[in-house]
Amino acid sequence: MRFELQMALRFLKEGRMQTALILAGISTGVGVIIFLSALIGGLQESIIDRTLGTQAHVTLRPPEEEARPQLDRSGETILEHIQRPAQRLRSILGWPQLLADLRRRPEVTAASPTVAGSAFALRGTANRSVALRGVDPDSYSGILDLRTKLTDGTLDVTGTHIIVGVELAKELGLSVGDTLRLTAPEERSEVFTISGIFDVGNKDLNLRWVYISLREGQTLMNLSGGVSTVEVKVRDIFSAEKEAQEIHAATGLKADSWMILNSELLIGLRGQSSSSVMIQFFVIVAVMLGIASVLVVSVIQRGRQIGILRAFGTRRGQVLRIFLLQGGILGLVGSLGGIVLGTVLALFFQNLVSNQDGTPIFPVALTAALYARSLLVALITGLVGAWLPARRAANLDPAVAIRYE
Amino acid sequence: MNECSAVIQLHQVRKSYPGAVSSEVLHGIDIRIDQGEFVALVGPSGSGKSTLLNILGLLDRPSSGSVEILGRECTEMDDAGLTTLRGHSLGFVFQFHHLLPSFSAEENVFLPMLADAGHFKPEMRTRARDLLARIGLDGFETGPASQLSGGQQQRVAIARALVMNPALVLADEPTGNLDRASGQQVFEFMRRFNRELGTAFLLVTHDPALAARCDRILTLEDGSLVTQE
Repeated sequence: MRFELQMALRFLKEGRMQTALILAGISTGVGVIIFLSALIGGLQESIIDRTLGTQAHVTLRPPEEEARPQLDRSGETILEHIQRPAQRLRSILGWPQLLADLRRRPEVTAASPTVAGSAFALRGTANRSVALRGVDPDSYSGILDLRTKLTDGTLDVTGTHIIVGVELAKELGLSVGDTLRLTAPEERSEVFTISGIFDVGNKDLNLRWVYISLREGQTLMNLSGGVSTVEVKVRDIFSAEKEAQEIHAATGLKADSWMILNSELLIGLRGQSSSSVMIQFFVIVAVMLGIASVLVVSVIQRGRQIGILRAFGTRRGQVLRIFLLQGGILGLVGSLGGIVLGTVLALFFQNLVSNQDGTPIFPVALTAALYARSLLVALITGLVGAWLPARRAANLDPAVAIRYE
Repeated sequence: MNECSAVIQLHQVRKSYPGAVSSEVLHGIDIRIDQGEFVALVGPSGSGKSTLLNILGLLDRPSSGSVEILGRECTEMDDAGLTTLRGHSLGFVFQFHHLLPSFSAEENVFLPMLADAGHFKPEMRTRARDLLARIGLDGFETGPASQLSGGQQQRVAIARALVMNPALVLADEPTGNLDRASGQQVFEFMRRFNRELGTAFLLVTHDPALAARCDRILTLEDGSLVTQE
């Protein structure tokens, strides 16, 4: 074992009571950090999952149609008041190439073409307004895995097979194998067979969404060979807006990220994160001051021992490292205690109350990254807290320390 | 006595401390201690013995003059150089043993070797045990140093001072805190090591009987060396 490490461990062992107390303090601090981070992280994951579970991170649409001012031959504007034109359902030009380009982007995990539009679902004398979503099931599984959402039937959206939400099925009395007429604008109409019924966890979407094949969607929406949107999922959800801006700049398409479409949610999430970071910061400062104060006392108490060590040839750097190591050891060991404490606390809290479906009201996110980050933060806190006492110890005048301490 | 056998040489060493009033505590000290010598340093309290010992031990720097250890001029050395030279060439025994209480006797002894090498080697333990056996402490190697008697702890401190095989051991009243019998025993051990190993000793003492048994007595009064018997 290295000399410095041996000395650091012995010094910590000698000051047993001080060491135990500061370890308890560090463990409590790290435990609070773990607990808070796990709780806030879990809540955020749950909120994001519930909100974004059915959404693309970035949705691409054709650029909006704009009316141009009428000019005379000399270039002068004749009509100054320009009415905004109604936006028609249009196709994204060159969408197969766009898909290929998107899939090459490192941040993009999935890209899927869709045809989205409104229609009426007719069964007998009953009808409901629905949102048609013509999809390619294979690529769409990267956006929303419908297989996991099925409550009945199979995921078959080929030909004239469609899947509908549980609420629409309930409203129209539909079961798997039943037929349903879908009528789109301009009286384009087709009869489809229900192959599956889904529940995406949102009552409104379960009532309105109808998944059909991409080809049938194109036919009903009069977009032969075209797609109205391309939906994209990205690796880091918080990079969605940056990715949307880059895609917009590269393609000229209208690119909306979930961050813009759900800006209130984003503000809420950021507020939560900021308050969590603030609390963690003050806990870290308190832990750092605790380590520093214990080591300052240790330096004062061991002045003579340090003087003796220096007298028989221990270098300043070695003395510095002995005290830095004490800080590092306190930080590491304290953080291990904190991880146990924080984990127990978080799991206890998670299991305290549950929703009706059995899921916890306070889900917690205990990840390896959180543990690693806490260990690293505690280690750095220990080293920073030990820096001043260590310098003080290293700079002790051995002659003075031996004689007068 | 030729030049190369000098372990330490002080030439016109002066030491003063800054302040409103000039406070020179050492006034032009010349000392030479040769290999294998056993020298006593005596003088009343406040005569400058501690300051002189700190300068001899490279724990303090003179205001002027020069200090040579084994022929190497030390006054211009940086702290790292002084620390290395001190660790390799000098040993210290203090009035209070200053052992590390949670370390065993043998660990206290080989600590200077450990600090020098940076990590433990089995031969360090062998060396420590050998010294402890020679100083009459075999059987006490692994017990905590704090459980030894005052005389035994001071003997461990002597072993620690000798573990690096230094050219000179500076002993600052090593018997001052011991009863007569233990003090006598500690002195005898130092004398024996001086003869067997050829290590030079400079012994600061208030005991005229012990000083009389040394090869030479240096008497310091008011910061000046008045006699070198």
